[in-house]
Amino acid sequence: MAKVAIKKTSEIRAEYYRPNSFPTIWCPGCGIGNVVASMVRAIDTVGLKHDDTVVVTGIGCSGIIYNYLNFDAYHGIHGRAIPVAVGLKLANPRLNVIVPMGDGDSSAIGGNHLIHAARRNIDITAIVVNNSTYGNTGGQFSPLTPTGSITTTSPFGNIENSFDLCELAKGAGATYVARGATYYSRQMIDLIANGIRHKGFSLIEVISQCPVQYGRRNKLPTAVDLLKWQKENTVSVTRAKTMSPEELKGKFIIGELVNIEAPDQEYTARYERLIEKARSGGKS
Amino acid sequence: MGKVTVISGNEACVEGALAAGVRFFAGYPITPSTPIAEGMSRRLPPIGGKFIQMEDEIASMNCIIGASLAGLKVLGATSGPGFSLKEESFGVAMLMEVPCTVIDVMRVGPSTGMATMPAQGDIMAARWGTHGDHPVIALAPSSVRECFELTVKAVNLAERFRTLVFVLTDAILASLLERVEIPDSVETVNRPRPTVPPAQYKPYQITPDGVPPMADFGAGYHWYASSNMHDERGFLATDQHAVAWTLAQRLRDKILKHKDEVTFYSTEWMDDAEVVVYAFGSTARSARAAVKMARAKGIKAGFVKTQTIWPFPEELVSKIAEKARTIVVPEMNMGQMVEKVREVVCGRAKVVSVARVDGILIPPAEILEAIK
Repeated sequence: MAKVAIKKTSEIRAEYYRPNSFPTIWCPGCGIGNVVASMVRAIDTVGLKHDDTVVVTGIGCSGIIYNYLNFDAYHGIHGRAIPVAVGLKLANPRLNVIVPMGDGDSSAIGGNHLIHAARRNIDITAIVVNNSTYGNTGGQFSPLTPTGSITTTSPFGNIENSFDLCELAKGAGATYVARGATYYSRQMIDLIANGIRHKGFSLIEVISQCPVQYGRRNKLPTAVDLLKWQKENTVSVTRAKTMSPEELKGKFIIGELVNIEAPDQEYTARYERLIEKARSGGKS
Repeated sequence: MGKVTVISGNEACVEGALAAGVRFFAGYPITPSTPIAEGMSRRLPPIGGKFIQMEDEIASMNCIIGASLAGLKVLGATSGPGFSLKEESFGVAMLMEVPCTVIDVMRVGPSTGMATMPAQGDIMAARWGTHGDHPVIALAPSSVRECFELTVKAVNLAERFRTLVFVLTDAILASLLERVEIPDSVETVNRPRPTVPPAQYKPYQITPDGVPPMADFGAGYHWYASSNMHDERGFLATDQHAVAWTLAQRLRDKILKHKDEVTFYSTEWMDDAEVVVYAFGSTARSARAAVKMARAKGIKAGFVKTQTIWPFPEELVSKIAEKARTIVVPEMNMGQMVEKVREVVCGRAKVVSVARVDGILIPPAEILEAIK
C-alpha cells in the first residue's frame, strides 16, 4: 500500500471544501461523510490538478457529495451520472472525472451505464457508496441490499438476491476494481487513490453505514453496530485466498480485486488512435 | 461558391451540424434517424471530433450534455421511441442550461408504430414531453436544403440561448434526395463565456439578456451544474420558493423575449388570400402544391410555411386570422398544431384540420378539398 501524506484537516478543508457549506444534510451516523473525506484525501494524495478535476453525481444521499466540494461539479438525474461522465471525459480527456454514486443509483437505474463504461474501459473513477438502501427516499431495498433485510418496501424480508457489484464490474471489463469499507478508512483512501491513478475504468465499492434507514430496521440501530458488522463480515483479499467458498459465503472481500495496467487500451487513448487513423484516410 | 451536391435530409442534417461547429455526437441506432449517426461516425473523427455509440437513448442524451459542459458543440439524433426515452434528460439540458441540439426524425407512433413511415406526431411531445414547465425551441424543415439550414440555426440558437433546441424532421425528409448547395462557411454562434475572474462567476446570473455566461468544465471556474432548482451560483434552492420562481421565469423569458430571433416562416400568395394554408415540415410541400392548384382554379388561397414550431408564432397566426376567412392546417397527426392555431385564432376565422396518421404524406388533393 502506498504511504498517505498526512495534511492537516484545516488545510484540506481550505483547499477542497466550499466555505460555509457545513453542516451536511446527512443523518447522524451516516458513512457518506467518511467516504467524502477519504475521496478528498485520495485526490490530494494523487495530487490531481484542481482545475482539471470534475465531480459528477446523480440522485440519492450520495448525489449530494459534490455540494461540499469546490470542484466543477454536475448534479443531475437519477442513474445517469456515468453517461454524463463519459461525455465529459471523451470531450476533454484531460479531465479527471470522479463519479460518486449510491448503490441504487449505480446498480439499479444506472446499472446498464456502469457495465458499459466498464466494458469501454474509459478512464473515469466510479465510487459506489454501498449503504444497502435507498436512504434519500426513506429506506427501500436496492440491488445491493442483503437478502432477508427488512426495508420499507420489503416489510416481510427482502427475497431478492443481491449483486456482487465488484464481480459485475470485473466481468464487464473494468481494469481496476476494489472494495473498501468505512470501517477501514485509511485503506479506503489508498483504494480510491489507486483507482484515480489507474488509467482505465475504475470501480471502488465502499461498504458504508446507514443506521437511520437501514440499520435500525435490521437490528443494527447505530453506526457503531454497523461498523462492527463491517468488521465481522469483511475479509481481506489475502485472507480470502485461504478460505473455502463455504467460509466466504456472505462475506465481503475487501482490497484490490482487479488491477490490470494497460493504459493504451483505455477508451480515450484508443479514440486518439482512431482519430489519427481517420485523418490518414482510414489506414493505420 | 459552395459545393453543389445531391444528398438526403439526414445527410443534410449531418452537414449542417458540422458546418455549425458540432464536434460531438452520441447516439443509439433507431430508424429512420440512424443515417445521421452513421454520417457523424464517418465525418467527425477525421476533423478531430468525437462520435460515440452509447448503450441506450438515455445514455446518449446524457453523454452529449456532459460533452457540452466540457465546451463542445453537441448533437443528438433519434426518432419517436428514442425521443420518448430521452425526455427526462431533455429537462436537464433546459434547467441546467446546457446547449444541446437534438434532431427527431418523426415516424408514426405511439410506441413502435410504423418505424419507416413519416408522421408529425411529436409536436406536443416536443413542447411538453419532459415534466414541468420549461422553454422550448423547435424547428421543422420541409426540404433537404432546410434540413441543412435549420440544423445550423438550431445549433446556433442552442449556443445563443444556452438551451436545448429540437429539429423535427420526418421519415420522408430522412431519405429524400435533393440538390443542395453546401456553402463553404456559415454564420456560427458560440455560447457566451464568462469574462469575470472565477471568484466573481455566477453560472446562473440574472443578466438583462436572460442568458448567463457559461464556463467550460475544466476552465478553472469551479461551478455547479445542477438539475435541481438552484440559485445564481448553482447552489441548491430546493426549499427556496422565490429563487425557484425567479429561475422558472427567467428560463421562460430568455426565449419569449427574443421570439423575433427564433421565429422563421415564409409566405406566398397572401395579399388577397381568403383561405390560408398554415403548414410545416413535409406536409408544407403538399400544402404549397394544393394552394397552387387552388389559385389555378381562381380560389384566393394563400400559403404560410412555418419553420418555427415552438415557441408558437402567435403574432403570425393572429395576423393571418385578421384577414383570412378560413385557415387550413394540414399535419400528419390527429390534430396537434391545429389546437394551438384554434387557440390563437379564437373564433376570428374558421379553422379546418386536415389530419391523418397512417404513414402517408397528405396528398395535395386532400388539402385542396379543404381549401374549397
